[in-house]
Amino acid sequence: MTMSDYLSATLLITGAIFFLAGTLGLLRFPDVYTRLHALTKADNVGLGLTIAGVAVQAESWAVVGKLLLIWVLVLLAGASVAHLIARGAQHRGIHLWKR
Amino acid sequence: MSSAFLYTLVGLGLFALGLYALIVHAHLLRKILAINVMGSGVFLVLVALAKRTGEVRPDPVPHAMVITGIVVAISATALALILMLKLTAKTGHARLPDDQRESR
Amino acid sequence: METITLLAWAFDSLLGLGLLWLAWQSLASPDLFKAIVLFFAFGLLMALAWVRLEAPDIALAEVAIGAGLTSALLLAVLAKLRATEINDDTTEPLENVEQTFRSFQWFPTVILLLVVAGLSYTVLSLPPYATGLSAEINTNIENSGVRNPATAVLLNFRAYDTLLEMLVLLIALLGVWSLNGAVLQSKTAPGLVLDTLSRLLAPMLILVAAYLLWVGAHASGGAFQAGSILGAAGVLLLLAGWRLRPALTALPLRLMLVAGPAAFIAMAVFTMMIEGQLLEYPKQYAGILILFLEIAATLSIGTTLVALFLGGRPSNNFPSNDFPSKDEEHK
Repeated sequence: MTMSDYLSATLLITGAIFFLAGTLGLLRFPDVYTRLHALTKADNVGLGLTIAGVAVQAESWAVVGKLLLIWVLVLLAGASVAHLIARGAQHRGIHLWKR
Repeated sequence: MSSAFLYTLVGLGLFALGLYALIVHAHLLRKILAINVMGSGVFLVLVALAKRTGEVRPDPVPHAMVITGIVVAISATALALILMLKLTAKTGHARLPDDQRESR
Repeated sequence: METITLLAWAFDSLLGLGLLWLAWQSLASPDLFKAIVLFFAFGLLMALAWVRLEAPDIALAEVAIGAGLTSALLLAVLAKLRATEINDDTTEPLENVEQTFRSFQWFPTVILLLVVAGLSYTVLSLPPYATGLSAEINTNIENSGVRNPATAVLLNFRAYDTLLEMLVLLIALLGVWSLNGAVLQSKTAPGLVLDTLSRLLAPMLILVAAYLLWVGAHASGGAFQAGSILGAAGVLLLLAGWRLRPALTALPLRLMLVAGPAAFIAMAVFTMMIEGQLLEYPKQYAGILILFLEIAATLSIGTTLVALFLGGRPSNNFPSNDFPSKDEEHK
């Protein structure tokens, strides 16, 4: 294994940990708002680290550009959809969870 | 067992699950979902069997058929959904007129 | 090497079980909304299975159409259904659905077990190695005008499949249009976020569709994938409240819808006259002719998918022949 292999393995595993944490949060958190909060961690940081891990192995800068584009698109869509779901929940009168 | 046969069996399982749901559910939207699951099972069998090429690239003919099939499936689903909406607008229930079961 | 195959086998088994479990959960869920969301997740896992089966072309089509657009369509119809359905004494409580599904119904179960046993026996008795038509395709792909085998099959070797498939799409849409009209005015303002998102994403999606169409000649992609991305862009615009001007929904829309089938039929007639064979291209022009067909097909597939999502013949002065709400119809 070369240096870049170790680097991308580290990045991919760290990304996977973020995904695991986000999924755990989605399953265990009490209401829709906190679950959205957990999901954004997985989508933004987890996918970012995964993309970085794959980009290290990329053959050309064009591939890196495409990978970054995927990340930006997911960031954009994820943030907007999270907002829409939260707004929808608020309109339906779902209150914030309080201990 | 090779992965080709593993996925073939999963495809058969999906087909059977969909068929069972198609029979036992009365609600037409559930029947449409069930038919879609059955379709996915058939696609999986086709593509999994195309992978029995060993080290070489899989047979692309079933791949092309499944791509066509996915597009045909959504157009059939759309038509079925509109028929269901029309029936519901007419009778008030999303189930077949001679179906006596409850339809939620 | 041994651990890698073991890991791959474990992953495939997990994915297979996940697929079966999600399908079961979706079909048994008492709540229809939940059932559709689970069906969407099922479609995403199917895309993973396609990648595992070395079929990235199908994975692209599955994510965009099988999972994305189908679920969007189902959710839109569910909302209309909720407004139309009447709840009276004949509808039983939600919990009964799960009980119906999980309770043992011996007759369908026995029949199904027999069917599955027969099918499994047939499948498992197939030879473990079969090359199908890959050898023929590998020797002939030089002459097909493209280098992606899936595109070569779809647009050259079996282009008549695609011709008929374009007609199926058109006929399905004609069926929808003859059953129902759709009012073209959006009722609610979409909100700032959705509006901005649609403004940012729609041009990007059109660019991605063009890229997929172009790249389909030598890598994963092609007319179907590009068309579905175009359809997704259209659905996003519809959801964000964008509507075509009335003048554009008449003739221009219909021309877009028939562009694909018309191009295929024209090409079929043309190749019959030149080469004497249905959709058998002159070799030196195969690449450019395929690109021409793919552009027409992409436009038609995208437009048809959006029209199917709209769910009726677009009209601006339609006297609410849309689905009546239960107050109007069943008082």
